[in-house]
Amino acid sequence: MSDDSYISIQNVQKYFGSFCAIENISMDIAHGEFFSLLGASGCGKTTLLRMLAGFESPTKGEIFIDNQPMSDVPPHYRPVNMVFQSYAIFPHLNVHDNIAYGLRKRKLPKAKVTEMVDEMLNLISLPDYGNRKANELSGGQRQRIALARALILRPKVLLLDEPLGALDKQLREQMQLELRQLQRTVGITFVFVTHDQEEAMTLSDRIAVMADGEVMQLDTPIGLYERPVNRKVASFIGTMNFFDGVVADEAGETLKIEAQGLGPITAPANPSNKAGFYKGDKVQVAIRPEKLVLSAQKPDAAFAASGRVQNMAYLGERSHYLIEMDGLDKHVAVSSQNLVPGASLFEMGSDVWINWQSDAVVVLERN
Amino acid sequence: MSTDSYINRPNRPLQVYALIFLIVLYLPILFLPLFSFNDSIYVRFPMQGFTVQWYYDLMARSAVWAALMNSVKVGVAVSIVSTVLGIFAAKAITRYRFFGKEPIVIFIMLPLVVPLIIFGVALLVLFAQLLGVPLSLYTVAFGHLILCIPFSTAVLMPRFEGFDPAIEEASADLGENAWWTFWRVTFPMILPGVVASLLLCFTVSFDEFIMAFFLTGTDATLPMYIWGQLRFPQQFPSVLALSSLVIIGSFIIVLLGLWINRDADMTKTKAGTDA
Ligand SMILES: Nc1ncnc2c1ncn2[C@@H]1O[C@H](COP(=O)(O)OP(=O)(O)OP(=O)(O)O)[C@@H](O)[C@H]1O
Ligand SMILES: [Mg+2]
Repeated sequence: MSDDSYISIQNVQKYFGSFCAIENISMDIAHGEFFSLLGASGCGKTTLLRMLAGFESPTKGEIFIDNQPMSDVPPHYRPVNMVFQSYAIFPHLNVHDNIAYGLRKRKLPKAKVTEMVDEMLNLISLPDYGNRKANELSGGQRQRIALARALILRPKVLLLDEPLGALDKQLREQMQLELRQLQRTVGITFVFVTHDQEEAMTLSDRIAVMADGEVMQLDTPIGLYERPVNRKVASFIGTMNFFDGVVADEAGETLKIEAQGLGPITAPANPSNKAGFYKGDKVQVAIRPEKLVLSAQKPDAAFAASGRVQNMAYLGERSHYLIEMDGLDKHVAVSSQNLVPGASLFEMGSDVWINWQSDAVVVLERN
Repeated sequence: MSTDSYINRPNRPLQVYALIFLIVLYLPILFLPLFSFNDSIYVRFPMQGFTVQWYYDLMARSAVWAALMNSVKVGVAVSIVSTVLGIFAAKAITRYRFFGKEPIVIFIMLPLVVPLIIFGVALLVLFAQLLGVPLSLYTVAFGHLILCIPFSTAVLMPRFEGFDPAIEEASADLGENAWWTFWRVTFPMILPGVVASLLLCFTVSFDEFIMAFFLTGTDATLPMYIWGQLRFPQQFPSVLALSSLVIIGSFIIVLLGLWINRDADMTKTKAGTDA
């Protein structure tokens, strides 16, 4: 456990019968951090969140919140509040009573409660909705009420299970901004579940990428994007080109690799991969589409390869190309920014060169 | 009628069938109030003229009131206890997985299909022979309870199935323990089922004869009293009057129950479609 860790998950495992939903996860979440759990449907995000809230108990391992072991603490005594994936709005109460639900124990005067609720309604941009019945609300409105209901208690940790899933793009982006701002001003630790990598990247301080009940990589958004540890993470976050290769030589911080379709190249030894690579290892070489530069003539660059424009899509600020490489049976995606109007556009079928910097290359294990 | 879909189109034979069905079902019952106003102690046509004398007779007889009070006492107690037990049973069946659940469910529902006379005899043997408990309204109530629990459970189960367990979890998450969660969330959500269960159990207990026949001590319930009066021909018109009142009372209770549940079903489907 590191010093500033507020939530500490230690060797937690969760079985439903013989089905393993969470496979030995350990991680620390710092105080005031915006922490995201990112992963495809069914990878165990909700299960992990429910263990933090106390609705499921780990089969093995222990969860600490604020240095207190949580295994014997029931949900209603935990310093966390949750926004449920299914909203779980109380259907027999109106909006005001839903939001004020958790305040009963504080025994506040009625006027104070109303004031707090109104403040929350403004925050979620639903003023004057206090008297609405819960079943007179849209999915997005329910989600925001679920959020307000948890936030009004000023919890130390807010657990959010895909809280923006039902919102349209505009409202979603607005809520993302507000969430982030709120989290900074109030200083609540957020544990945020999402399967939307863009959302996770925009909001989070750190992200745990999960698959099949395991954390594959826990890193900052930059770390995940620039130094993915395996092919799954690399293709889950953004787009990535992969090439097969063999390590020709290892020399300290750089690797020499013979890559299919690219020729002999050098790459930084991936710092987030602890294992390291040795001469003769079969590896995968990964390069992001925007790190590849297109040119019509053979460029004056250390690393370049030639090909043909097979497909092209103009998206305004940038264009996406699919390049058919010489000596490679698959296409390479290239994304180039359109800085000068019309300047860097390449016709379909035209011959092009791609070039890249050595530090744009990520070396991954091949399996 | 062009807006009707195929399935909703009026169906003449079906309407006729429904009409005949209702007549066969309710005509015998309608004879009771009809002859309760007949100015003769014999139930036969032609009728002898209108009178409310039998109703006056009824009012004057204290045994009727005693029997009525006994039935109400048993009915109220049985409906409350049965509903409370039904809440536990329905919640356990719908919410938890436990060993031997299916057999237990069948066991709870058994009184619906086992002939009552068998239960009556069995309980009589149990109380009178084995335990030596004197027969009284308590033993009657116990018999009725066995009969009513399956009704309560069956009425309450859809209520629990109808709402997301996450709603109770949300309450716990917002700081309420199990007790407060029940009163602030669970109970209001199942309330229509609770009311329906209370009304249903009350009517079942109020009308019940076979169990009462075996288990009544000295205090008769209303059906037992009515049965006892049938031996005296001159009492028969008052029995008709009493039965008419019971029919009207039951009718009101059933309508009330239907009305409450209709309201509940509407909110439920509404919540279901846009959730
Ligand atoms: N109560 C349960 N009993 C048995 N299996 C369960 C239970 N809850 C979850 N699972 C299983 O555990 C796995 C992880 O479920 P979980 O709900 O955590 O996924 P998730 O990552 O939240 O997915 P989504 O993005 O679809 O919400 C799934 O395969 C699911 O079927
Ligand atoms: Mg989930």
